[in-house]
Amino acid sequence: MKAIARALDSDFAYSFRRSPVAVFSGLIVLVLGLGAFLAPWIAPHNPFDVATLNLMNSFMPPVPAADSNASFLLGTDDQGRDILSAIMFGTRLSLFVGFLAIIFSLAVGIGVGLLAGYAGGATDAVLMRVADVQLTFPSILIALLVDGVVQALLPRQYHDQLSLYVIIFAIGIARWPQFARTVRGSTLVERGRDYVMAARVIGIPSWRIMLSHILPNVLGPMLVIATLSLGLAILDEATLSFLGVGLPPTQPSLGTLIRIGNDFLFSGEWWVTVFPGITLALMVLAINLLGDWLRDALTPRLR
Amino acid sequence: MFAYIAARLLQAIPVLLAVGFIAFALFAYVGDPVQIMLGQDFTEAQRLALQHSLGLDQPFFVQYGHFMWAMLHGNFGLSYRLATPVGGLIAARFPATAELVLASAILALVVGVPLGIYTGIHRESWLSRLIMGFSLIGVSLPTFLLGILLILFFSVLLGWLPSFGRGSVVNFAHWSTGFLTLSGLKSLILPSITLGLFQMTLIMRLVRTEMLEVLRSDYIKFARARGLSQRAIHFGHALKNTLVPVITIVGLQIGSLLAFSLVTETVFQWPGMGLLLVQSIGVADIPVMSAYLMLVSVFFVLINLIVDLLYYAVDPRLRVDRRGRGGSR
Repeated sequence: MKAIARALDSDFAYSFRRSPVAVFSGLIVLVLGLGAFLAPWIAPHNPFDVATLNLMNSFMPPVPAADSNASFLLGTDDQGRDILSAIMFGTRLSLFVGFLAIIFSLAVGIGVGLLAGYAGGATDAVLMRVADVQLTFPSILIALLVDGVVQALLPRQYHDQLSLYVIIFAIGIARWPQFARTVRGSTLVERGRDYVMAARVIGIPSWRIMLSHILPNVLGPMLVIATLSLGLAILDEATLSFLGVGLPPTQPSLGTLIRIGNDFLFSGEWWVTVFPGITLALMVLAINLLGDWLRDALTPRLR
Repeated sequence: MFAYIAARLLQAIPVLLAVGFIAFALFAYVGDPVQIMLGQDFTEAQRLALQHSLGLDQPFFVQYGHFMWAMLHGNFGLSYRLATPVGGLIAARFPATAELVLASAILALVVGVPLGIYTGIHRESWLSRLIMGFSLIGVSLPTFLLGILLILFFSVLLGWLPSFGRGSVVNFAHWSTGFLTLSGLKSLILPSITLGLFQMTLIMRLVRTEMLEVLRSDYIKFARARGLSQRAIHFGHALKNTLVPVITIVGLQIGSLLAFSLVTETVFQWPGMGLLLVQSIGVADIPVMSAYLMLVSVFFVLINLIVDLLYYAVDPRLRVDRRGRGGSR
């Protein structure tokens, strides 16, 4: 209880309360996140249970329209699937892919950055050259190519099961250089500090110095970059799924839902694609705003 | 100057060799071309003969050498999907992508720079705040979603503009252009807005930040003290100095435009290189993928080189090796 009270009284919480933008975007993230996390329990319908689908319910418009049905708030798609429920499950997948991709990217980036910064010399030169070369290519292009190659390597029958992990891998691989460069920069500074020297003098192995001494001191800026990258990773996933190389229609993320709905745009069923689109844009906007606020709150020097 | 260019060109070679190596590894390990060409029934002797005639029985590095040599001569092999030379496929698709990217870049510059100047000079006005608010949406709205929404409003609801394709094009030898016909220009509007909006907001925010920075500097204060007109200060003194980083970012962002053109091309079924790549990835058409990879990396290396040279030309203080780098999405 005391800890909570203290947390609520901190500078950090004060800065959050003082910023209407942060509170607003925090609320959006909270609502969307809860909706996604609790989707299996609170979604009005189960979009994956084919038995409950009824073709009679197909293309029902969203609620204020004349021939709408109150149990399908945001309308239904061509198979009578509830759009609201599909969005909740889709957001769940989009967030899941985004989070895991960033964690993967962080792990690779931190590992490479620590190694390059601590080892220096040729190791540093080679690793950073690779990162530099990769940074000259837009990450979406790299994610697309990695995704395409891995899909081509895998046998066809496993595609639907594995595409979730393939896409996490592709997005994660496309984003590591940014983390690696930042970690390397701070590692170079930390390496010269007295505590590292002291640890070396008493004979602690290099890998332990890197992991348990330097790592905690270089993690600070990672939170901000990771938050901003989360928004971008979610966009990457949606883009890949929209292009048809991401998550399959059996496991629809927001991007897949938008792609499916895009086919019905010309026949007038706009809600099938517009509502998942709005959800995606709102989520990414809110995460970006939170990231901006975090950067300002954690690094007052930069203001 | 010459030594600098030569050094930069030499630096580019290992990068291209490495990318070529990846492209070759794709060829060598993803899918078996012999299997694909022979089909179902074949004898071991036929397989070996074909393998030999394709040079696939030679050592890895010899094959790699042949591969790079062929690439240098514009020979990218046959598409698995269409069974036609990849070089010709890409050459036919290139004008569409080039025109789309050009139109978007011009749009982003022509709208982004003035908006950036305005919001930088009048930072407190309500119009600036409105523009800044919209720019946040521009950054967060995914390219494909923007395209879909534009189609929904301007094609489906209003019926003003075409939603797919390039309209009618005029052919000049190897180049087909949509700039000369009315339907071609109309078809260009929605895709170029879709592709250009993100860069537009980026350029606008960059110009604004730079303007704010420069307007605070001593020489601007001095210019004010001299009693120069606002106009002369803003456009004669301030704007010039904001343009150095803008050139860099715009140059580097052309690469990003090229990458995102594949999303825009998919939304609008624009017959360019990006759409070709997306269709090829769907069916694992490796020759097209590796040719695209090679071409795009040559392109990116060239852009980086040109941007470096521009930096060198624009800012006389930078006579040492310094590389600008832009934000990649």
